[in-house]
Amino acid sequence: MHWPGGYGDKRIEELSRLLTVSFFAALFASGIRLAIPIFLAALGEIVTERGGVLNLGLEGIMLAGALAGFMATYYVEQSANASLLPLAPWVGIAAGIVAGMAMGLIMAVLAVSLHTDQVIASITLVILGQGITTYIFRQQFGSLTARITGFETLPIPLLSDIPFLGEVLFSHDIMTYLSSLILIATAYFLAQTTWGLNIRAVGEHPAAADTSGINVTVTRYVAVLIGAGLAGLGGAVLTVAQLGIFNENITAGRGWIAVALVIFARWRPGLAFAGALLFGVANALQFRIQALNLEVIPYEALLMLPYVLTILVLLRKVNKSEAPAALGTPYVKE
Amino acid sequence: MDEITSSPNELITTTSPSHRFRPPRLVRLIGAPILGGIVGLLLGAVLIMLAGADPLAAYQTMLAGAFGGPRQLTETTLKVGPLLLMGLGLTIAFRCKVWNIGGEGQYFMGALAGAGIGLLLQDSLPAVVLIPLMLLAGVLGGALWAGIAAFLKLRFGLNEIITTLMLNYIAEFTLLYLAREPLKDPDSFLPQSAQLVGAARMPTLFDSRIHIGVLLALLLVPAVYVLLWQTPLGFRLRAIGSSQSVSRYAGMNVALGLSLALLLSGAFAGLAGVIEVSALHTRLKDGISGNYGFTGILVALLGRLHPVGVVFAAIFFAALSIGAQTMHSVYGLPIALAQVIQGLVVLFVLAADALARRIWR
Repeated sequence: MHWPGGYGDKRIEELSRLLTVSFFAALFASGIRLAIPIFLAALGEIVTERGGVLNLGLEGIMLAGALAGFMATYYVEQSANASLLPLAPWVGIAAGIVAGMAMGLIMAVLAVSLHTDQVIASITLVILGQGITTYIFRQQFGSLTARITGFETLPIPLLSDIPFLGEVLFSHDIMTYLSSLILIATAYFLAQTTWGLNIRAVGEHPAAADTSGINVTVTRYVAVLIGAGLAGLGGAVLTVAQLGIFNENITAGRGWIAVALVIFARWRPGLAFAGALLFGVANALQFRIQALNLEVIPYEALLMLPYVLTILVLLRKVNKSEAPAALGTPYVKE
Repeated sequence: MDEITSSPNELITTTSPSHRFRPPRLVRLIGAPILGGIVGLLLGAVLIMLAGADPLAAYQTMLAGAFGGPRQLTETTLKVGPLLLMGLGLTIAFRCKVWNIGGEGQYFMGALAGAGIGLLLQDSLPAVVLIPLMLLAGVLGGALWAGIAAFLKLRFGLNEIITTLMLNYIAEFTLLYLAREPLKDPDSFLPQSAQLVGAARMPTLFDSRIHIGVLLALLLVPAVYVLLWQTPLGFRLRAIGSSQSVSRYAGMNVALGLSLALLLSGAFAGLAGVIEVSALHTRLKDGISGNYGFTGILVALLGRLHPVGVVFAAIFFAALSIGAQTMHSVYGLPIALAQVIQGLVVLFVLAADALARRIWR
């Protein structure tokens, strides 16, 4: 690290020029976008954990969703039929959800039906997910760099013209808008619907739930599958709506960050969104500082930021009673 | 996980009151891994078929690639070394129910510390002194990196699963930075450190490429067995793994035990790191990990958290990895097939264990 003569002043000048309204608008806008995949996975995990199942396999599930979404979109886009083109990213999103649920089914069988240790089962699921996505991607694409178009940005008429807020909130792709609806729907589902109540019941006190006529096994399967579907969706959003490419381990720890966010959020959907936003904005900031090419901060230090931040947010004390009481424990009928 | 993390005195206490048929202990112990291996290979065959190749021929190529001659055997043996070290370290951690998934990071830090000492002193010290120093540095590097997670767990109650994993990325970026800037080889355009030469390279055995690192890994097999089953410390670690509350009630220092298990597994990963960088990569650079931190988890699980089982699991997985390279060059099938089969094998071992437990409870 060094400060060549006269260099610092110029950089500071450049920095101050950057710290304008448009800088912050762009920062928050891309922060929201970057938050979405992590948020969706964390939201799914909240449903799963509220049902008493600890599924740490999000990283593998997101990867499966990311690859399935990418490939489905790619093949529809490549098909000669031009009328199918607008459908392509939607097919990708659906494929991502299905792939996520397929991975979730493996987890559910192991954790819910077979009572396998949930930590071990889900770590294995991550490694399997990493292997299988790398294998399929290499087998299908070799070392070819394939790109997909995915979703276009969809500025909302009038609203997107509002200064600052228009760029931050109303100039995204459709999946970003939909994610806010998914947040509301999931929060409502957990709090207000019978299925949501059942899921929380089997996560708090499965024996009592069983006595009152709730099928614990089926309910936990549903909780795992919803969670895995949302994680798969998060992976698909990453490739289909945001990056347009796939690479091995493209999720780069987002699944694990989502696991941490669930703890940070005290198993509450709204807080998970806030936590994901924190990550998104930190990541967006990190990219922008990288683009400045400041020699005093090595870009590797910036790249570590999300991972350091994950450890930092966990420092917030968790009250044991806030976690679902039966989290991680298989239900054995007496 | 009864079969894998069974009670401390498992040989004595597994007498069942049930009069139903119950397969002997050895069958129960190795039945699931063998079954898992078969199912994993069968599903791998399906993938090979889907890719348009002949699975039988592909597997034959794989087998020949792993064991077909002296060169192949050497490659496989060299691969056993790091897998064994990782599997042994995680055997200690998992027996204590410490979920260290930060093997990658600890490996990087071991490589960094060991290679750092090597680069610093390779011109001034003979191998007899330098190699032990490097190995020690590697052990300390890995243990200290795991120690961060241990500290965060004890001081702030942070779950080691997430911290060890996050520390993987932090370690990797640290290593990449150091290799790109302060430690960069001035004679190279690539972001890599200077080369380890002469005294800083793992000495080899019997005129082959097999180095003392592999030997060391093998020697640690009985050492881990003795540690876990013949020492008070090992008993404590396994007791904590069986039940933290009972151990605490019995007056054990649970926090200390958990930290020790984490540090020990980190030390093994660090040792693997310094050995691999000294023997194989010879420089600090991108891509020196080989995913051992994660494959090691599978090795430990497939080896049923027993040092002897870990040896077999390490050989099986080493053969799969080396064989997959040959299969890749002959059939163009992606090398990641090995990782897929490894994951499937362990998945089915977990399932078979759980099923067996339900049938012969």
